[in-house]
Amino acid sequence: MNGYVKNTSKGVCIDIEGKIRDIYHFIDHLKQNPPKLANIDKMNIEDKKILNYKSFEIKHSDEEANGFTFISPDIGTCEDCLRDIKNNKDRRYRYPFTNCTNCGPRFSIVKKLPYDRILTTMERFEMCDLCKDEYKNPLDRRLHAQPNACPNCGPKIVLIDTFGNKIICNDPIKQTIQFMKQGMILGIKGLGGFHLACDAKNKEVIQILRNRKHRPNKPFALMMKDINTVKKYCYLSEEEEKVILSNKRPILLLNKRKEKLPDNIAPSGNKLGVMLPYTPLHYLLFEEKIEVLVMTSANVSKLPMVYKNEEALEKLKGIVDYLMLHDREIYMPMDDSVSRVILSEQRVIRSARGYSPIFMRFKNIKDIFACGSHFNNTFALSKNENVFISPYIGDIENVETYNHFEKNVYHIKNIYSINPKIIAYDMHPNDWSSSYVNKQNIEKIPVQHHHAHIVSCMVENKIEDKIIGIAYDGTGYGTDGNVWGGEFLICDYKEFERVAHINEVDMPGGDAATKEPWKMAISYIYKTYKNNIYENIPLGLKDKNIKVIVAIIKNNINSPKCSSMGRFFDAVSALIGFKGKVTFEGEAAILLENKADQNEAGTYDYDIEYINRTHRVNTDKIIKGIIEDINQHISDARIAKKFHNTVIDFSVKICGIIGQKHHINKVALSGGVFQNEILLKGIYEKLVSKGFEVYIHKYIPCNDSGISLGQLVVASSKAKG
Amino acid sequence: MEIITLSHGSGGKTTHKLIENLFYKNFKNDILLQKNDSSILQKMNGKVAVTTDSFVIKPIFFLGGDIGKLSICGTINDLAVSGAKPMYITVGFIIEEGLEIGILEKIVMSMAKMAKQANVKVIAGDTKVVEKGSVDKIFINTTGIGLIEDRQLYLCANNIQEGDKVIISGSLGDHGMCIMSQREELGLDANIKSDCNLLNTLIKDILNTSKNIRIMRDPTRGGLATTLNEIIAHSNRSIVLNEKDIFIKEEVMSMCQMLGFDPLYVANEGKVVVIVSKDDANKVLDTMRGDPLGKNATIIGEIIDDNKNRVYLKTDIGGTRILNMHDGELLPRIC
Ligand SMILES: [Fe+3]
Ligand SMILES: [Mg+2]
Ligand SMILES: [Zn+2]
Ligand SMILES: [Zn+2]
Repeated sequence: MNGYVKNTSKGVCIDIEGKIRDIYHFIDHLKQNPPKLANIDKMNIEDKKILNYKSFEIKHSDEEANGFTFISPDIGTCEDCLRDIKNNKDRRYRYPFTNCTNCGPRFSIVKKLPYDRILTTMERFEMCDLCKDEYKNPLDRRLHAQPNACPNCGPKIVLIDTFGNKIICNDPIKQTIQFMKQGMILGIKGLGGFHLACDAKNKEVIQILRNRKHRPNKPFALMMKDINTVKKYCYLSEEEEKVILSNKRPILLLNKRKEKLPDNIAPSGNKLGVMLPYTPLHYLLFEEKIEVLVMTSANVSKLPMVYKNEEALEKLKGIVDYLMLHDREIYMPMDDSVSRVILSEQRVIRSARGYSPIFMRFKNIKDIFACGSHFNNTFALSKNENVFISPYIGDIENVETYNHFEKNVYHIKNIYSINPKIIAYDMHPNDWSSSYVNKQNIEKIPVQHHHAHIVSCMVENKIEDKIIGIAYDGTGYGTDGNVWGGEFLICDYKEFERVAHINEVDMPGGDAATKEPWKMAISYIYKTYKNNIYENIPLGLKDKNIKVIVAIIKNNINSPKCSSMGRFFDAVSALIGFKGKVTFEGEAAILLENKADQNEAGTYDYDIEYINRTHRVNTDKIIKGIIEDINQHISDARIAKKFHNTVIDFSVKICGIIGQKHHINKVALSGGVFQNEILLKGIYEKLVSKGFEVYIHKYIPCNDSGISLGQLVVASSKAKG
Repeated sequence: MEIITLSHGSGGKTTHKLIENLFYKNFKNDILLQKNDSSILQKMNGKVAVTTDSFVIKPIFFLGGDIGKLSICGTINDLAVSGAKPMYITVGFIIEEGLEIGILEKIVMSMAKMAKQANVKVIAGDTKVVEKGSVDKIFINTTGIGLIEDRQLYLCANNIQEGDKVIISGSLGDHGMCIMSQREELGLDANIKSDCNLLNTLIKDILNTSKNIRIMRDPTRGGLATTLNEIIAHSNRSIVLNEKDIFIKEEVMSMCQMLGFDPLYVANEGKVVVIVSKDDANKVLDTMRGDPLGKNATIIGEIIDDNKNRVYLKTDIGGTRILNMHDGELLPRIC
C-alpha cells in the first residue's frame, strides 16, 4: 500500500492506495490497535481518485483554517523512556528531558497548531543527527516526537542561588538532592511550572515552607519514589493503584497509615495527596535515598503558579533557598491534577496536567464561550460541535489570576481560531466576569450557578431529559437574590425549577461568615432558639462575640439569606470544635468529614415543610439534637457522623417526594460538597437502593471548576442564534 | 422638658421665637441679621464654588461629633478639596415633632462652633417640622459657597500623570465604623471615635506647599476605594495602592472583620486624599504631617499608565486585587 499520513488541524489524514482487502485490513487494524496515546474520536472514510503513489510517507503538517484538533495533555514518562534513562549504556542515561511519542510534554509547550516542533517551545533546540534519525525513522518510537531531545542537543538544567548566581557543580541534580537532604527548600522547574520541594521527612523545613508560603494548614502534595513507597505510607485499593500509576499521574488523595510522616504535611487530615514521578527529572530526584518529597506548586497563596525562569527568581526568592531551572520554555503553565477514588472510580477534583484540556464531541451545540466561576475557575469553548474545557485556572481573586485566565482564553481562541458569538456567565451581579462580559459585544446569557452544576453532571453522563439535581455547595447566587447552595432542582439543559432546598439562615457579615464558621454556627443557633440563644451556646463557642453576631442578624446588617449546604457543614463543624478562620476552601467541612465515626448509624430529627410550592428542610431539630448531644458529652466523632447520616437521610427522602410527584427517577449529584466521600457514597447508595438512577461526576469536577461546561450547554439551549 | 411641635414649623409666632432664640442667637452675623427673604452677598473676586449635602445620620450624637458638626464639616471639606476658601453656608432643618429643644440647641451650637472655627458665615436657613415618623429625629441640609482666589488653580482628574503619588492624611474607616458601633440596637461596646473634622486649614497649607496638586477629595461615603475609582474613571490611568502603607486602626479593623466590611469602602469624615506630582510628594507629606489632622499622612500609592481606569491594591502577600466600584450591597461571591 502507498500514500501518505499527515497531521492537519482537522485531525490525522491518511491517504492510502492499495488492494481493497488490504485497505480494509489496515482500517480494522487501526481501529483495534491504535498507537498508544491515540484516542480515535471519529473516523471518516471516503473514496478518492487514484493518484498512483509510489511510496508511503509521513508528510509535513500544513496549516488549515477552521480546524479543531485535539491537543494531547502532557503525559508522564513511559516505561521505555524510563529504561533509557536508567541504562548507563544508553545515550540518554540520566537525561532529564527524555521523551518519545508515547510520553512527555504536549499542551504546555504548544504555541500554535498544527502540532509541529517549530510551533512549540522546542523550536530553539536544533536536533542532532542521532535525534533527527530517530525522528524520521518510522520504526523508532521517537518518530515525529516533537519534543525529542538528547544531552547533546536538548534542554539543560542549571542550579542557581537566590542572587541568580549559578552553582558550580558536577551534577546539578545530585547537588539539588544534597541541598534537600540538608533541609533546604528548592524551587524546581518541571513540566507545567515550578514546584517548591523539600524533604518530606523533615518537619522543621516543612514548617518553614508553610510560613514562607503563607499557607498555615492546607495539606501539601507529596511525590513518592515509587509505588512501594506509596504503599508504605498509605492504604491503596486496586483502583487507586491503577490511577496513581496511570500516565496522567495525578495527585491522588489516599488514606494515610498511622503517623510515619511529619503531621504538618496534612495537619488534622487523615489523607495525603500523593503523586509518582512523571518526568525523568523527577525520577532522578529519588536516586539518592530520598523517598518522599513535598512537591507543592510554586506560588504564594492564591496567586498563579510561577512558570517562567525570569519571574522565578523575583517571585520565589523569599521562599526558596535554591532554584533548579531548565531552558525548555513552558508556554502554557499547568498545575498538577488532583483526583480521588470514591465508589471504586476515579473522581477528578482538579483537572489540569495529564487530564486537560478536555475535548468532547457534542451534537447541535452552538459556538459559545463560557466564562466559568469565580472560584476554581475553568472556561469552556465550543466550535463546530466540539467542546473544549480549559485546564484549571484558579480563584479569580487577583489580577495575576485574571491575567492568567485572559492569557489562556487568548491562546485557545487563537490556536483554534474560535470567535464565538455567544457568551455565558454566572448571573451573580458582582461577579468578576460581569466586567469581562460587558466588554464583549455579543449575545450574553447569564446562567444560574446550580443549574450549571447539575447540567455539567448531566452532560458528563449523557443525560438529556428532565432530572432531579441535588446541588450542594458553598454559595451561588440564586434567582431570588439570595445565596443558594442546598438545592434540589428539576431541570433539563434549558430550564430549571427549584423544587426544594434547605432552610435559609442569615450569613452574618456576608463573606466574613464563610471565613469564620463560628459565625454560621451562631446564625443556626439563633434561627433555632431565637431569644433563648444564650442558654444554648455550646461551651466551645462561649468565648466568641456572640452578641455582635446576633445584633447584625437582628438588624439585617450585611447579612444575606443563605440556604447553602457548605455553610451548614461549616456551622456544625464549628459547633463541635472547628476554631478560628478557615485558611483554605472547605477546611471546616473536611474536618467534619475526617472526624466522623464510620460505625455510627444514628440520625437527627428534621422536618420537611411545604411552603410556596417548595419543599424546605427545617434544620431546627438537627441543631437541637446536636446541642443536646454536646451537652450529654456524646463524642464529636459520633455527632459528626450522625450529622452526615441526617443529610443523607433528608436528601433521599426529598428525592422520594419530588420523584413521585414529577415522575422522575433520575438524580444527578453535583456541587463541591460532593467531594465529601461519606455524603456522596451515602446518598448514591441509598438512592440506588430505592430504585433511582443516580449520576455523579468523574472527569468533570463536581466543584466549581466543572461549572463552565454547564454554563456552555445551558447557554446553547437558551440562545436565539 | 420642651419639645419641638408642628407649630414650630408653621411660620407663626412659635417659629419666630425658635429662630430668634436659637438660630439668630447662635449663628448671628451681619448677613444673616439682614433678616430678609434672601441674603444679599457682596461681589466675590474670583471663581465661586458651590456644594450642597444632606445629612441623615443615625445616631445623631456619636463619639467625636454629632449631626450638626458633621453637616458643617462635610460641606466645608467639599469646598476646601475643590481648592476654594469656604465663605458662606446655608442650613436647612427637617425636624421630627417631639425632638427635645435642648437636643436641637446642642446641635445648633455645635454647628455654630464649627462655622466659627472655619471662619464661615451662616447666611440663610430654613426649618420644617414634620409629623412623628416622617423623619428620624432630624435631617440637615447645608449648602456651601466658597471662593477660589488663585485664578491658575484648576484641580481636575485630567491633570493626573503617570508617576504621581497618592497621599492619604491618616487612618481609614474611623467614621463609618464609629457610627456602626454606636448604633444602639447593636449593643456594641467598641470605643471608636469618628474622625469628623474641618480640613480647610490642612488643605490650605497643602495648596500653599505645592503648585502641582492634581486633585484632592475627601473620601466620605463609599470610602477611599470608591473615591479613587471616581477620580480615575475620568483619567485614562490607573492607581496602584500598597496595602502595607494604608493605616487602619486595630479597633476599626476588628469591627470591620466582625461585620464583614472592607475598611477601604468605609466612610471617613476628616480625611483628604491628595494626588500630587512625584517631585512634590515628600514636600506635601511633610506639610501634612505638621498638622495634627495629618500627622499620620502617608504615601499609599501611585499612578500608572495602563489605560484601564482601575484601582489596584498590592496586597501584603504580593498579589494584586482590583478595588471595584460597588453598586449597592456587598453580596458574597460565588462558592
Ligand atoms: Fe458551586
Ligand atoms: Mg459631601
Ligand atoms: Zn516515552
Ligand atoms: Zn540529540
